[in-house]
Amino acid sequence: MSFDVALIIDSIPKMLMGIGLTLQLLFLSLLLGTALAIILLLMRISGRWYLSVPTMVYIYIFRGTPILVQIFIIYYGLPQLDFVRDSIFWPILREPFGCAVVALSLNTGAYVSEIFRGGVLGVDRGLTEAGAALGLSVRHRFVYITAPIAIRLSLPAYSNDVISLQKSTALASTITLLDMTGIARTIVAETYAPYEIFISLMIIYLILTWVIQRSFGWIEKRMSRHIRSEA
Amino acid sequence: MKNSDQKNIILLENVDKFFGEFQALKNISLSVNKGERIVVCGPSGSGKSTLIRCINRLEEHSNGKIVVNGHELTSDVKDIDAVRREVGMVFQSFNLFPHLTVIKNLMLAPKLVRNSSKSEAYDMAMKYLERVKIPEQADKYPSQLSGGQQQRVAIARALCMNPLVMLFDEPTSALDPEMISEVLDVMTDLAQEGMTMIVVTHEMGFARSVADNMVFMDNGEIVEMNNPTEFFENPTSDRTKLFLKQILTH
Repeated sequence: MSFDVALIIDSIPKMLMGIGLTLQLLFLSLLLGTALAIILLLMRISGRWYLSVPTMVYIYIFRGTPILVQIFIIYYGLPQLDFVRDSIFWPILREPFGCAVVALSLNTGAYVSEIFRGGVLGVDRGLTEAGAALGLSVRHRFVYITAPIAIRLSLPAYSNDVISLQKSTALASTITLLDMTGIARTIVAETYAPYEIFISLMIIYLILTWVIQRSFGWIEKRMSRHIRSEA
Repeated sequence: MKNSDQKNIILLENVDKFFGEFQALKNISLSVNKGERIVVCGPSGSGKSTLIRCINRLEEHSNGKIVVNGHELTSDVKDIDAVRREVGMVFQSFNLFPHLTVIKNLMLAPKLVRNSSKSEAYDMAMKYLERVKIPEQADKYPSQLSGGQQQRVAIARALCMNPLVMLFDEPTSALDPEMISEVLDVMTDLAQEGMTMIVVTHEMGFARSVADNMVFMDNGEIVEMNNPTEFFENPTSDRTKLFLKQILTH
């Protein structure tokens, strides 16, 4: 079998034309998913069953089914329903890009809310008690004590999820989107050279992952200043 | 609801506390006057911490009545807030906010609860840091301080809210021996300035020199309550005698 190194190098710039779409999918889904995660977290820890039970069901469904299936249901399934086509969300759900963002956001929101919950549970109870003893309200305790510490505790798992989301964006290529993976599949169809093309694609994803890892490493270091001792 | 007897700053009447089946406090009655210093001692698991944690509602009492400076503790958040504004607390494990510098630990509650301006809160924080003799540590994080320094910061943090009463829950139990005296010195100063204090501690030397009244608890009950001289010289209950013998002979 021949292996064309030149083809690997040639196809990288072509696939990079899709990096804009990949990054848009990543950042939009991350932003919306994280916002959703915070809402889900607050509902989950509210102590009210009519808020926490639906949240648990939601998380169970979105963590318990393949994201590819979720994308298909949103892209192929929802447009069959009349009320979806009549709703204000139709302009978003009509487009494959909108569907991909919605699916990725809903999915990552479920995971990230559980990551944040782990962070909240990791905050020493003595600290919120100290806040209570000082007269801080429940809301103030959450905003000024629990949340900052929980965010720091959640960062390693959160960065893991961002990397995972970055790779999940490739699934958008299954609903016609020309992200990097979508372009790669097109080139493969033209050249019949799957090894070379997909290896180039891997290289790009690896570089992206490296950037994400380093960014979170930097943020973690900054947020850990208080843990570093003098010695 | 103001209490007619203004001397009483804390009043507990027939207070019970259950954790599930387990009864941590049994029919506790205690009144504390303004400026009075009470030291609570007793074997571990006797309910000392639960007692003082009920006073600022970190634990909810099951039966009976607790009144702090005229505010009766009910499940009404307003009453709880009113009580917590008057009561400062120092914990065994310091519980400083690890993500904030020392000065910000001190400024947080005055800004949020008392609506102090930044400069008011800062001035107050520096004043109390000087009083506990560590103003030079203002910009450090808690993890950069020794245990004794952290506990002194915790005392200063509680004082920044100008409490009428200070509760101390075994404030020196987590400290290395050489750091105990620096914390006790600060507490002694506070007592001499007339602060009303309830202190759970095993430091009997401190108790002897500072306490107006000693409270001995066992099995969730107040077994004996007396002035320190009588308490140490002529304990009446056998349980007190046994406890004192165990704690004083080593």
